[in-house]
Amino acid sequence: MDKRTQILDIIRTVAGKDPSVAPDESLFDNGVLDSFGLQDLVTGLEKSFGVKIPDSDLTPRKFDSIERIEEYLQEHGK
Amino acid sequence: MAFLKAFGSYLPERVVTNDEIGARVGCDADWIRNVSGIDERRFAREDESVIDLALGAAQDCLERAKIKAADLGMILVASGSWDRQFPGPAASVANRLGLDATPSLDMPMASAGSLFGISLASRLCSSLGPILVIGAEKMSKVVEREPMERGVAILFGDGAGACLVHPSSGFARIVDCGLYSDGAYAEDLKLPFSSPLEMNGRSVILQASRKIPRAIAALLEQHRRRAADVAVFLMHQANQNLIARVAQALEVAEDKFYSNIKRFGNTSSASMLIAAAEWANANELRPGETLCFAAFGAGFHWGALLAEGSS
Repeated sequence: MDKRTQILDIIRTVAGKDPSVAPDESLFDNGVLDSFGLQDLVTGLEKSFGVKIPDSDLTPRKFDSIERIEEYLQEHGK
Repeated sequence: MAFLKAFGSYLPERVVTNDEIGARVGCDADWIRNVSGIDERRFAREDESVIDLALGAAQDCLERAKIKAADLGMILVASGSWDRQFPGPAASVANRLGLDATPSLDMPMASAGSLFGISLASRLCSSLGPILVIGAEKMSKVVEREPMERGVAILFGDGAGACLVHPSSGFARIVDCGLYSDGAYAEDLKLPFSSPLEMNGRSVILQASRKIPRAIAALLEQHRRRAADVAVFLMHQANQNLIARVAQALEVAEDKFYSNIKRFGNTSSASMLIAAAEWANANELRPGETLCFAAFGAGFHWGALLAEGSS
């Protein structure tokens, strides 16, 4: 499974619906995720990609879109 | 040694429903309930100040503790909504209690203020004597600053809570506390002097969802206790959904976290003590049982405190 598909699966699970947003669109401004969903998204990313996301990286901006999530994971070798 | 002797609270009479506040910021009652767990909150009268609210909680607490104000060694007042740069409300609260020389300290910390206050009191009371910790907020004045912001306006209410920390007796012995602060997030939740409260809600929720359970778990582990063995969690009443997340993270039932946010909203520094006062009025901590406080707020400041029922 490629990285984007994995990310979409996590978002789908957290949001409980298909994330109908473009990769560069905000997941929050488009109502896909709320504040609590963001926490679940981060937990899902940690589990699925085996990455430890420290508190200092927990800024909503870094996980605001599919592209930003991909960038974050890439920066951390995933 | 330090003990929790009694709690007290004061809530203004006026009930502000979700319908009322929702009409002012363009949202409906069900939405407010879904995102926060709040049905209503209390707003103080125009002529009721933070000092009046604090005094009400202080008197209630002293009555329950059966201690005279004159016997206090110190007063700590946490408030993030006090409306003057200085002096803060602490000296005036002491004055209204009839005291003219008792040291009184302001803690302008908002939501974590009461937790930090109890922790500080637990370390000072052996030398100063009984310490009254108060959290008092008139958040309605903050909420009503224009332009009113929906995410802020729906959350907050007014009220005050108090706790008497005693050096030699009480219903629970304070075991330990873990306090933390990280100024990297100071801009994510702040109240400038004359403009509206600014809150990056996503950041607050993200950090609080992680930091609160971590602080509780670290303290429990340090004292070889399990979350499942805690009789009651008395947490800052920020948002019911956050309380649920913290319970989930600790793998305990949500109803182990006493909650009154439905009726009083988020009263910032006052909320944990108002909840504690309500809980203590209806429940008893048996000898050896563990009580756990936790709070998180602007700063960010956060932490947890354990107490154990006295024999």
